[in-house]
Amino acid sequence: MAKLGPMGFSPYPTAVNEGVLNPPEGKALLFDEIVDEEVAMREAAKAMLTRENPTIFPGPQVLYAWSEDAKKKAKLIKELAQVLGAKIIPMYDYRPKYPKINPEVEINPNHPNLTIWHNNIKACIFVGVHCHYANVALKIIRAETDCFTIALCSMEGHEDAMITLRDQHPEELEKFIKIAKEVKKELGI
Amino acid sequence: MSNVSTQEVQYNKSGQRIVSPDYLLFEAPREKFFMTGSEAVKEAVRRASVDASVSYPITPQSEAAHLIGELWVEGYVGVYFRGESEFGVMSEVAGCALAGARTITTTSGPGTLRAFENFPMWAGTRIPVQLVLMARGVNAPLSIQPDNLEVGFLLDTGCMIWYAENAQDLFDMILAGFVVAEHPSVHVPVITVVDGFFVSHTREAIMLPPDDIALPPYNPYKAPMPVIDLEAPPGRFLRDPFVMKSNYISYATHASWQFEVRAAIERSRPFAKHYLRGLVEEFGNPDADIVFVAAGTAASQAKEAVRLLKDEEGIDAKVVKLKTIRPFPYDELRAAVKNAKYIFVPEFNVAGWLEREVRKALYKYSDAEIIGAPRVAGGMTMPAEVIVSEVLSNLRVK
Repeated sequence: MAKLGPMGFSPYPTAVNEGVLNPPEGKALLFDEIVDEEVAMREAAKAMLTRENPTIFPGPQVLYAWSEDAKKKAKLIKELAQVLGAKIIPMYDYRPKYPKINPEVEINPNHPNLTIWHNNIKACIFVGVHCHYANVALKIIRAETDCFTIALCSMEGHEDAMITLRDQHPEELEKFIKIAKEVKKELGI
Repeated sequence: MSNVSTQEVQYNKSGQRIVSPDYLLFEAPREKFFMTGSEAVKEAVRRASVDASVSYPITPQSEAAHLIGELWVEGYVGVYFRGESEFGVMSEVAGCALAGARTITTTSGPGTLRAFENFPMWAGTRIPVQLVLMARGVNAPLSIQPDNLEVGFLLDTGCMIWYAENAQDLFDMILAGFVVAEHPSVHVPVITVVDGFFVSHTREAIMLPPDDIALPPYNPYKAPMPVIDLEAPPGRFLRDPFVMKSNYISYATHASWQFEVRAAIERSRPFAKHYLRGLVEEFGNPDADIVFVAAGTAASQAKEAVRLLKDEEGIDAKVVKLKTIRPFPYDELRAAVKNAKYIFVPEFNVAGWLEREVRKALYKYSDAEIIGAPRVAGGMTMPAEVIVSEVLSNLRVK
């Protein structure tokens, strides 16, 4: 169940230490390659549709109805989960918990590997998680699991994810859902 | 492109027109003034839409701190007060920043050391505080003289470290510092260093944009950590130390957290390159095989040495001025010294921290002989003639 990732137990070297920086505006990152947003969205959909136990990890920025944008995004994320056949496990809190979180129902940025190991998650999407906590969690996941990570970031992206899509707002989520539907059809799922 | 005629003109809390960082730094018309480095700090802060500043007196930064206080009186800075000590100041600016304020403070020498625990805390809490550090000697018996030993102590705190050569650099770097440090993917503190007295107390010509325009205000809702605001999720946000919960959590998270802070500094490279017009500046014959690698006032003195070497000895040389120390400009330095046979690193400290940085950056990238000299400390000046003599004595030995 608990398979380590390519980095072993340590999150070092991080992606930036390997020369990978976030993509420029209008582009996305597919591993260490800067690609068009559509290309990354197609690969992200493919990974979620073809790997075991795909899961979306929504963070506080989309879990709470604190802005109109957040409300729109929350509805779209539910739709995305349906299209991708993905489970939703929330990261509703960033506080470390003692002795540990219940990995059935939540993910925590301080030990995200526990949720991934427990549920045997092989592909996941981070969305609505504050950038620092996403980065801390993605580094641990890259080191300690074999899960394929995708970040839908409303800011500048997360180079430690295997696919990073930046400036993701409701319009971009709608586009991702449309592409996911196309990929699903192509795969005959 | 948006239609200019329909754009709404916006003003900050001080009534200054908000302009883009690019306009303020590169496009706005500039006028020449004659002022000290401390006065340049005041003029930069005046145009930076600063929300809060906390001060504590220590030579040679006291005047800059005092002048920021004058800006508060004039209505350009939202909150200003004197802390209990430098430790108090650096803690209090952290509180201001965590609550979403654009924050600046200043210190020097022993003040830096007294505050030291706070610098990694700033970085770890991802606050884009700006510290203007007017470098001063750290020694017993006490010295108040210019010396940059303290910068060597700050290198691995997780803060960006930029080094201004003169008052003009300082003015521009303070404005650019906020812009780069507040990028959501960067969002770590920036320490803007300048040599105390040599720059802080020396009057020189400086070009300033108008004072009725200013940077856009800081938007803390784009921060990579939640700002302290109960209206924004997660409202009940605490930064609990992990070790109080579980050692298992502590190890993995602390490791990832610290690598993330260093990653954030690396992410600043493209933004710093843009707003500082490159991470290094070259002066002299680009093909020269004698190269000075320096930061701050040492770069100014090295430039004068380049002129003397050419005019009096017929020897070509060049200076590679490092504008940023964190992130360190590895690629730029390696490219700039590709023809070098001799690399001199003139410094104002006993330790030679910049020589160490240069040696590390050039290991296996350059066959040049690296000479950590001339080196002065404790307030000594470094006349250009001393640099010339160092070069000539090394060339004669060969």
